[in-house]
Order: sequence, then C-alpha cells, then structure tokens
Amino acid sequence: MAKFSLDQVNDMYFDVLKEIGNIGAGNATTAISHMLNIKVNMEVPSVKFLTFQELPTAISAEEETVVGIYLEVESDIGGSMMFLLKMESAQYLVNRLMGRPDDYAEEFNEMDLSAIKEIGNIISGSYLSALSSMTNMVITASVPYLSIDMAAAILSVPAIQFGQYGDNALLIQTEFGDDVKIQGFFILMPDVESYDKILTSLGIAL
Amino acid sequence: MATIKVGMADLNICKAPDMITTLGLGSCIGIAVYDPVTKVGGLAHIMLPDSTQMRNNSNIAKFADTGIEELIRRVTMAGANKRRLVAKIAGGAKMFEVKGISGVGNVGERNAMASKAKLSQLGIPLLAEDTGLNYGRTVELYPATGEFYIKAVGKPLRII
Repeated sequence: MAKFSLDQVNDMYFDVLKEIGNIGAGNATTAISHMLNIKVNMEVPSVKFLTFQELPTAISAEEETVVGIYLEVESDIGGSMMFLLKMESAQYLVNRLMGRPDDYAEEFNEMDLSAIKEIGNIISGSYLSALSSMTNMVITASVPYLSIDMAAAILSVPAIQFGQYGDNALLIQTEFGDDVKIQGFFILMPDVESYDKILTSLGIAL
Repeated sequence: MATIKVGMADLNICKAPDMITTLGLGSCIGIAVYDPVTKVGGLAHIMLPDSTQMRNNSNIAKFADTGIEELIRRVTMAGANKRRLVAKIAGGAKMFEVKGISGVGNVGERNAMASKAKLSQLGIPLLAEDTGLNYGRTVELYPATGEFYIKAVGKPLRII
C-alpha cells in the first residue's frame, strides 16, 4: 500500500512541486513564444493546496465556461494531468496563432479547437519534461482531450481522482504573456504509487 | 425565498419555499430527494460510487452509498416521511472522451449506477434522471413543487 497521502503534504514537497512548476512553465513559455512568435514573460508560479470545497472556484466562478485539456500520463509513472485556461486567454492565444485581430470573439471552429489542443499539448509536454528530467524517469503523455464547459464540471475530473486518496488537491497556477497576461492552471494527478516513486526519485523521505 | 448552496462532496436539506442548488456537476452526481406532502427536500453532491473501496472514507458526503444514507437521515430529521420520499438525479457525465477503461473514463457512469442501486435498496423511487453524456450540469431542487431544474452551457433549461 502506498504511504503517501496528500493530506500529509509537507513544505519540502510543496517547494519541489513549485520548482517543477517553475521549470515546466519556463519550458512552456519558450515553446509558446516560438509558436506565436512573440516575446513572452513569465511570473513565478504559485502552488495551492485546496480542499474540494475550494477547488471548483479556484480558477473562476463555478459556472464560468473554461477550457480544460486532459492527458493521461504513462510509462514510469501513471496518472493524468490537466491544463486549464480561462476563455479569454484561450481566445487570445487562438487569435494570435491564427493571425486574427485580438478582439475577434466568434465561437471556436474545428481548426481553433485543434489549435487549443496543441497549445495544451505543448504546455503539458513542457511541464512533464521538467518533471522527467528532475526525477530521471521516463514520462510520456497520451493525446490531449478537450472540454469547454463549466469550471466546476471540468474540475470534477481531477477532484474525483484526488478524492480516491484524500480530501485535497494541488493546483499550480502560472501566468505568462506579453502585454496581455495569460493565466494557465496545471493539475498533476499521479496515481498513489507514482507519488511514492516521484518523491523517492527526488530524494524526499516520506 | 432563500437559496441553499451545496458544494462538492457536500449535502444539505431544504424546505419550501426555499431552493437548493449545486453548481457545475461534471462526473459527480446530484441526488435530490423530497417529500411531496411536507415539502421537505435535500440534495447531495457525491463524487465516488463506493465508500467501502476506499481507505480514506471519513467524508461521508463524498460517496453514493454513505452520502445517500446521510441525506435520507437528514431530510427525515427535518420532517420528511421516509415512506413518501421520491428521488431525481442528474450528472455523471463523461467530461473527456478518454479511450480505454481507466477510472476517469467511466466514473460518471459508475456514480450513476451506484446512486440508483442505493436508492433502490432503500426503497426510494427514482422519478426521473438526466445522467451521462459529455457536459456539465447545474441543478436546482424546488421542494415546493418537486421540480428539478437542469442547466447546461448552450442548452435550453430542462425541468424533470
């Protein structure tokens, strides 16, 4: 039986996650910057430890429509990962990518949805490669799955995964952009056994 | 008329003319029960099907089995007659079209099945449901009429 419980998370683990978030967001920012051909700055990410009561409102009001990209994590560790964007951030990134004016706000077409998936893929991939190089483990991700819906409904997916071994969830918030700030949120959901593997490989005793 | 809000892994009771709601159900299930005579109702927002499968199961509102039992206990304490109680449920969506049989793919469906099984075991008739598919739902129960409102992004209001 795995020893790890998120309800006993300590400061050191927090710092490690923050550092992974930092490097991952750094990688992601470089990737986005190349993709959009713009200069992108990044803020230091914040790591939050939230209860289920807090999670649905962590990124917006419960019923606000947001973009969620979900990937399954495979190879040396198992689990999943989610990247969330507010609608206006997703719209801004898509407009940039498609060469449209910034105030364009039509409903997303098929091509836009593919572009959003690809942005999620690049950002999540950057984050996972940071985790992979820090832990020396092989970590791969599935194709990205997309949902545009109420924030609370999308967040029920990570909540349920965390809910299987505790009453809390970890949310990493990053902010990047040029003039317009893009807010992105990561939720990494390793399965219980993988938490032990990650911490052990980072040299953190439980 | 007051509005009572139920969070994730949470439950509460409601008496007419008040309304009880939970916002943005995804793969979770909203279980509404009410007594049409005393107009006392309640709503639970459960996340997982079965408490007996879990090591950490202290939050009883999190699971279909223990959550429904607690909901019934609370509404009967508030004046509902258990023999008259009826139920309506919504939620249990598959938010991401993930292939394969991993937990996230079918947890909504398992939540719906477990909720129905528990209601049936307790002898509470399920009058209507709006479960499955791939979108989030906000629900509102009006114990005055027993109406259960279901709201989803880009879809007309549904009353069951």
